[in-house]
Amino acid sequence: MTTVPALDARLRVDRAAFTLDLALTAAPGEVIALLGPNGAGKSTALRALAGLLPLTGGHLRLDGRLLAHPGQHLHTPAEERPVGVVFQDYLLFPHLSALDNVAFGPRCQGRPKRAARAEAAAWLERMGLADHAAARPGSLSGGQAQRVALARALAVRPRLLLLDEPLAALDARTRLDVRAQLRRHLAEFEAVAVLVTHDPLDAMVLADRLVVIEGGREVQSGTPAEIARRPRTDYIARLVGLNLYQGQADGHRVTLADGTVLATTEELSGSAFVVFPPSAVTLHRERPDSSARNVWEAEVTGLDLHGDQVRADLTGDLPMAADLTPAAVAELDLAPGTRVWVSVKATQTHAYPA
Amino acid sequence: MSDRTTGSDAGPGDDRGGAPGAGVGNPNETGPGTGTGTEALPPGAARARKALPRRRRHTQRVPVTLLLPALLGLAFLILPLVGLLIRAPWSTLSDQLTSTAVWEALRLSLVCATAATAVSLVLGVPLAWLLARTELPGRRVIRALVTLPLVLPPVVGGVALLLVLGRRGIVGSWLDSTFGITLPFTTTGVVIAEAFVAMPFLVISVEGALRAADPRYEEAAATLGASRLTAFRRVTLPLIAPGIAAGAVLAWARALGEFGATITFAGNFPGRTQTMPLAVYLAMESDPEAAIALSLVLLVVSVAVLVGLRDRWMSTP
Repeated sequence: MTTVPALDARLRVDRAAFTLDLALTAAPGEVIALLGPNGAGKSTALRALAGLLPLTGGHLRLDGRLLAHPGQHLHTPAEERPVGVVFQDYLLFPHLSALDNVAFGPRCQGRPKRAARAEAAAWLERMGLADHAAARPGSLSGGQAQRVALARALAVRPRLLLLDEPLAALDARTRLDVRAQLRRHLAEFEAVAVLVTHDPLDAMVLADRLVVIEGGREVQSGTPAEIARRPRTDYIARLVGLNLYQGQADGHRVTLADGTVLATTEELSGSAFVVFPPSAVTLHRERPDSSARNVWEAEVTGLDLHGDQVRADLTGDLPMAADLTPAAVAELDLAPGTRVWVSVKATQTHAYPA
Repeated sequence: MSDRTTGSDAGPGDDRGGAPGAGVGNPNETGPGTGTGTEALPPGAARARKALPRRRRHTQRVPVTLLLPALLGLAFLILPLVGLLIRAPWSTLSDQLTSTAVWEALRLSLVCATAATAVSLVLGVPLAWLLARTELPGRRVIRALVTLPLVLPPVVGGVALLLVLGRRGIVGSWLDSTFGITLPFTTTGVVIAEAFVAMPFLVISVEGALRAADPRYEEAAATLGASRLTAFRRVTLPLIAPGIAAGAVLAWARALGEFGATITFAGNFPGRTQTMPLAVYLAMESDPEAAIALSLVLLVVSVAVLVGLRDRWMSTP
């Protein structure tokens, strides 16, 4: 038997000022996160997968069954697709109890009322919500509503589960718990799950594979570890908290477009990216005569407290972010406008082919 | 404080500025607001200020050029109703209202208005859905046509109904020859005339409710496997139920008071097509006291409707 991807899609949606063109494939059980800034086309892709938005090109195949193919004038409407959706604000039906919300899907699939409700009760039980079966959505907390929405989507036994910003509507505390639970439920889910998020942490915790989209197109995809280690766009680098530069590599040197040279550990040639974390940057008041070969002059443009670290934004030959301890900031007497020397050890940089 | 200083600019020759503010809250105190201030005024004004600290900020400094016509308008709307209450033959009222003619007219009115509302619901809710949720070609024109009966003189509606559904009308002659059905000058005719006039109220109300309801609930239903009809029946309809109820009550009230189209299309036969408004009109010529009594009944019904709707229509949007 040949292995056929459970999800095989090329989504093309033409809008007046925007084009989405995205290829997506996934194996059964795989969780894919579409990560991108606002307006990148994440939600458009999700709506196209759900059948709420017709494709203008490409195709969509799920478990070998062709669901949409504009070239063949094929568009399976949302209600006929084996797809479950968890909407960003959940869209739980406010006039139905949690139980009836979950039973809605099975009922639509023709299950008798009692069977549908029994099934819904089992789902709520699995979500730890058995006590809230009779509650109206309005009286549920954000985390509970999220779980009801997940139960409702799973109750139709979808072959493709779509989650639109599943944690965006939650406050920081609830988010942590719900993220952990969602991760567990997604791990148990045997079909394909696609989630859309602009939060890199959500994406990395929940997904097996990340597809980063900007301007309606994929700019990078890979496992969370790959993406975090080797970002390819400024957007991703900022998300994962790395300083990213692109230049021409020649041995242990990468020359950037403006002539700045970075010393690296890896030996490469041709177009290359170089990254280093803000914590790898050391600031000095005097020009250091250390072993670090990467030394530049810079000016502090901003200081921000991040946890117990101070994030300094620097401009100069090489704009970058640097993390320091508050003690170091005081010792160096840093303030916006202060001119400093920065050094980065070559061993703390990471270079990879572009 | 600052309210007081700005307020005193507004009142010509008034020593305290509180009067206009106090006046708006209570119709009984409007007199002092426009007249001259006396010693009796300040305590009342001060009390009003304490009781309504927020209200005052909005109502301070009402220009007389607006206040005067506003109060006149208020009196114009209220006085006729007050007159109806004052001149009502309270002593003979019970006799008036227990006469069979009155009960017959009232019963007919209620039955016909309810039937007309039912017709409006069955036909109007789907029409409203069509207008609100589909990309119907020429939707704007259709909506304009739907709302036309709202502004059309009801008599014209009655004439138009006669031309179409009358015995020699376009559809009416066919109904008569094929099924032997005659609509004009029957109770069914009353229902048709009332529905014609009342349905636009329902359609407009329901369409507004549909537009206010989040269409994404229907999308959510679709992703759960619901057909469009199921989504409408099980999700949309319950969501817009308050709007439908309000529209139905409005349509019912309009049907209850319908006069022009009814008398033109259905005539004025006691017990068959003579509804309350027609009975009132007829009674005015022969027995004014009976007319007043009948009018009182309609007034009570109207007030009841208003009370039922107050949350939706009386609160500021």
